[in-house]
Amino acid sequence: MAKEVKLLGAWPSPYVLRVQIALELKGVSYEYSEQQLWENKSELLLRSNPVYKKVPVLIHKDQPICESAIIIRYIDDVWGACGPAILPSDPYERAISCFWASYIDDKWGPSSSGLIKGKTDEEKAAGAEQAFLGLELLEEAYEKSSKGKRFFGGDNVGYLDIVLGSSLGWIEVAEIMSGIKLFDNAKFPLLTGWAERFRAAAVVKKLMPETEKLMEYGKAVQARMNAAAAN
Amino acid sequence: MAASGDEVKLLGRSWGCPYVIRARIALELKGVSYDYVVEQLGEKKSELLLKSNPVYKKVPVLIHNDRPICESAIILQYIDEVWPEPGPRYFPRIHMNWFPALLKIIKVKTEKEKAEALEQSFVGLSLLEETYKKSFEGKAFFGGDNVGYLDIIFGSFLGWVKAIEKISDIKLIDKAKFPLLAKWAERFASVATVKEHVPKTDELVELFSKVLKDIWNASAPNN
Repeated sequence: MAKEVKLLGAWPSPYVLRVQIALELKGVSYEYSEQQLWENKSELLLRSNPVYKKVPVLIHKDQPICESAIIIRYIDDVWGACGPAILPSDPYERAISCFWASYIDDKWGPSSSGLIKGKTDEEKAAGAEQAFLGLELLEEAYEKSSKGKRFFGGDNVGYLDIVLGSSLGWIEVAEIMSGIKLFDNAKFPLLTGWAERFRAAAVVKKLMPETEKLMEYGKAVQARMNAAAAN
Repeated sequence: MAASGDEVKLLGRSWGCPYVIRARIALELKGVSYDYVVEQLGEKKSELLLKSNPVYKKVPVLIHNDRPICESAIILQYIDEVWPEPGPRYFPRIHMNWFPALLKIIKVKTEKEKAEALEQSFVGLSLLEETYKKSFEGKAFFGGDNVGYLDIIFGSFLGWVKAIEKISDIKLIDKAKFPLLAKWAERFASVATVKEHVPKTDELVELFSKVLKDIWNASAPNN
């Protein structure tokens, strides 16, 4: 029943996109509720995620689950019988998948942020360097993990595909705004091929926001932050 | 699935590192025999460490039949999956960013930064006290009758909590403010496996005053 599952989200958020992809892959019907992220956060959001007050939040039978990595794991556990597993079933492969997912979120993302957020050329160059270092590692990780198959998860879109893939829109925004090609076919042929396949997957095509819309949103956020800083 | 011919190695520090302690407690609660390989704090990192964790070059690293697994939360998950019996199952993952804030209490230089670090630490403790009250009251541990994932994750920090209380002369897990946590901490500390691994307060205080203080002062301000 759709009412049993509710997702609190925000369309620009790659973390929300991850959860949407996971739910779609499992064929779970759910009610989607677009949330205000800046002012006027809803009662429901504040009550469901009092610790972080952030999206995504999955509410299943009135119980909230927060943090995209945990939500995806939950979805995989609860709807395990519905379609292929999102996380690898082998404990070692699962550990490797989770390792790279953490790396992307905790290390790669933050260390590369200078690429868009940097004010000086040095900061931007440093961000780009970190981005490329990470891509080298991920190119290698893809080779090992996919074993010649289409995705990190093998034949099917899996956890690491979802984690990295959900950021492709924003990565493209970064490429446009910085003028630097990150998913460069010459440097990272495997990842570039993977990115095309991921974007072409039916579930992703359905859900991924258009890069232009993300750009517009990004510029609006930047303007807002500049205004706040000026005050 | 684990078998008796398994080779299990844990790369850790001689003692003091809560992330390493987590892995040791988890392995021992499951009754898994392992080779403990010590990286010395401050000395050059070993070939094995650099090869097993090229991305972060940090401990703990679990090496199971020559395959390395890094990051303590991921290691705990792995241990739970590979050795499900005997012993309690661990809880699904929960975020913990609390320890860096706690360490800041003794790392930072200004009173203002110290006050901020203290406040962040208290916020974390309040959350845990509330969580305990809401979901675990009446149970001996977050894991129920037995030590579970959250007990290990948080409990491995208790050595440092006591050390920081001593160094900065501030009560963190105050019985008056956090009655449930205070009692839980006593119970956790008395578990045999824990007693073996959570370092003694005085030793940590000495580690701080003789070694860590200088290392922290020498390194970049944003640590």
